[in-house]
Amino acid sequence: MASKLTTSNRAGWAFALPGFGLILLFIVIPFFFAFYLSLTNQRLVSPNPTEYVGFSNYEKLLSISVLTIEPEVDTAGVVLRDDAGEAQYPRVRSFTRNNPDFPQYDGMREWFRWHWGGTAKVVVATDVVFWKSLRNTLMFVLVVAPVQAALALGLALLVNQKLRGINIYRAIYFMPVVVSIVVVSLLFRFIYDGNDGLLNNILSFLTFGLFEGRDWLGSPDTALGAIKAMSIWQAVGFHMVIWLSGLQTISPTLYEASSIEGASKWQTFRYVTWPGLRNTAVLVIIVITMQAFALFAQIDVMTNGGPLDSTTTLVFQAVERGYGKQDISGAAAISVVLFLIVLSISMLQRYITRAR
Amino acid sequence: MANVKLRGIRKSYGKTEVIKGVDIDIKDGEFVVFVGPSGCGKSTLLRMIAGLEDITDGTLEIDGTRVNDLEPSKRGIAMVFQTYAIFPHMTVRENVAFGLTINKMKKAEKDAKVDDAARILQMEHLMDRRPSELSGGQRQRVAIGRAIVRDPKVFLFDEPLSNLDAALRMDMRMEIGKLHQDLGASMIYVTHDQVEAMTLADKIVVLKDGLVMQAGAPMELYHEPANLFVAGFLGAPSMNFLKVTVDEIGGDWVQVSSDALASVKVPNKGRAFTFGQTATLGIRPQYLTAAPDGQGMLNGKVILTERLGSETVVNLAVADGTTLIAAIAEDAVLVPGDDMAWTFDPAVAHAFPEVS
Repeated sequence: MASKLTTSNRAGWAFALPGFGLILLFIVIPFFFAFYLSLTNQRLVSPNPTEYVGFSNYEKLLSISVLTIEPEVDTAGVVLRDDAGEAQYPRVRSFTRNNPDFPQYDGMREWFRWHWGGTAKVVVATDVVFWKSLRNTLMFVLVVAPVQAALALGLALLVNQKLRGINIYRAIYFMPVVVSIVVVSLLFRFIYDGNDGLLNNILSFLTFGLFEGRDWLGSPDTALGAIKAMSIWQAVGFHMVIWLSGLQTISPTLYEASSIEGASKWQTFRYVTWPGLRNTAVLVIIVITMQAFALFAQIDVMTNGGPLDSTTTLVFQAVERGYGKQDISGAAAISVVLFLIVLSISMLQRYITRAR
Repeated sequence: MANVKLRGIRKSYGKTEVIKGVDIDIKDGEFVVFVGPSGCGKSTLLRMIAGLEDITDGTLEIDGTRVNDLEPSKRGIAMVFQTYAIFPHMTVRENVAFGLTINKMKKAEKDAKVDDAARILQMEHLMDRRPSELSGGQRQRVAIGRAIVRDPKVFLFDEPLSNLDAALRMDMRMEIGKLHQDLGASMIYVTHDQVEAMTLADKIVVLKDGLVMQAGAPMELYHEPANLFVAGFLGAPSMNFLKVTVDEIGGDWVQVSSDALASVKVPNKGRAFTFGQTATLGIRPQYLTAAPDGQGMLNGKVILTERLGSETVVNLAVADGTTLIAAIAEDAVLVPGDDMAWTFDPAVAHAFPEVS
């Protein structure tokens, strides 16, 4: 079979060659290259030769630990408290900087802490920014994937009706998809602007001036949320079209049969539409998840990861380190971690949604 | 079980009228077949009875109640579709029980009904399978089962056998006939296959271009077709038509002749003819026989013979260029090219004033 394919289909292979070549050059080779680079100390530009360093990039990236700190006590054993009555704790630095008693925490920084039974539990990591970017990325995916998929399905159900001029609505909902995400991000920077942004103006108008206005992208509390909302809006039309194609594969007779049986709108959705969309649902969820994990352009244009690393993401960190800090091997390690996360989530989703 | 009454039923799509005023009476327990060529409106008519299409004008009564504006599920009908319309993600049992499930029937009662239907259709062994594991005939059985459990007043069948292969079609045809005997329910059955119409119906309604051409018992339509269309549509092979001239008109007869045909007196069946007009003479192939010497009514040259086993079908070329078909005894041996004399009993021939 293989020999027949290669001898009798020479023209076919010739046609496929440019495509294969580009895929090989820009996807396959870089993919394996990333694995290799993540095991070295390669820098973007460096006079020193590249050395194999094993898994030390991953160790730096992934080492995380919980440090339990007892409150400071005076000589009588009474917990020292500040003016507000809060217990005083020794500084985390005293454990992570040149402390021979705790070599395992050496060089780590505090990510966040909570209090537990009179002690402080401090999560420390060597690369706190990486962990923040991982958390931000996961929060982004956890919100965007279900909300975008559900909204897109809702829109698809709306525009799947046979109404006059329904194509206008399909076009309107699809429009943001054809606009470059960079352009959309730039526009939304104006919309979210703290001084005279459109969003603040609208909210102020709707609340008769009660709403004070805020800098949506300038506050760690709202920045990621604002980017989530924009990203959902931008790509929802694309997934609407995929849902729509799924809806149109469902035989109209099934709807007729269920209407003769007396199914309500909800029952029709529950028993006819949703089961018929099963394969589409798997596709949409996996595609959205993968796209959401790749979040980069919005961050790069709108916030550069700030404020206070509240919007930094894995891909943004990979680019930032690789090209900003010239730390190609560290960036490669992040890429590999991201790949493994997306791979395992996709496999999990396939497993959960497998045909039974 | 109920009467169905159609009065002046019309259907238009925009300016195109597809059903042009149809009156039909269906008695309680009657098996009525709508038959006609593609595009005659038979399926549309059935779908209007089901409530899947709006009725533009006229009155539809089921069981003495006007149901024009009732939801399909409120009309007391059950429908079996050409494409089965069974839900692919449900087992046979769930499919059959679908209508009962969504109407929240108690489990014990539901199971009893479903088992009953399974027994009637002899598909108890299939109940836990999925539609993908069933043959076409079995799927159609499931669809019929789903109709049975609803205890409908009227069963509607929309070309239920068209997607089955020939052998299976015959089996299912008999089963549907038997089902009608067992249930005694009113059934309306749409088909383009005149064999199904002849074998199943208590009453056949022949439709053409949105109008009823003739309605009546199968043999009545076969022996006494009201017009050229019905004459040509029912019976296999279909009726021979000869273009003739009216020579003489009597009380209940008309005498016709043509270049190919010696003068012959046939019953006029109350149809009006004018002297000298061109008319059509219809002779069923079964009634056309080889004539004893000197008694031939027309000469026909044998072009082709097809031995079907039970009969032999002979194509004949007659003097005016028409091709006639004769169905003769199975053991007759005819040689193509033979010019032979043929005859028929004028009493069973049909004269129509219209010309096809």
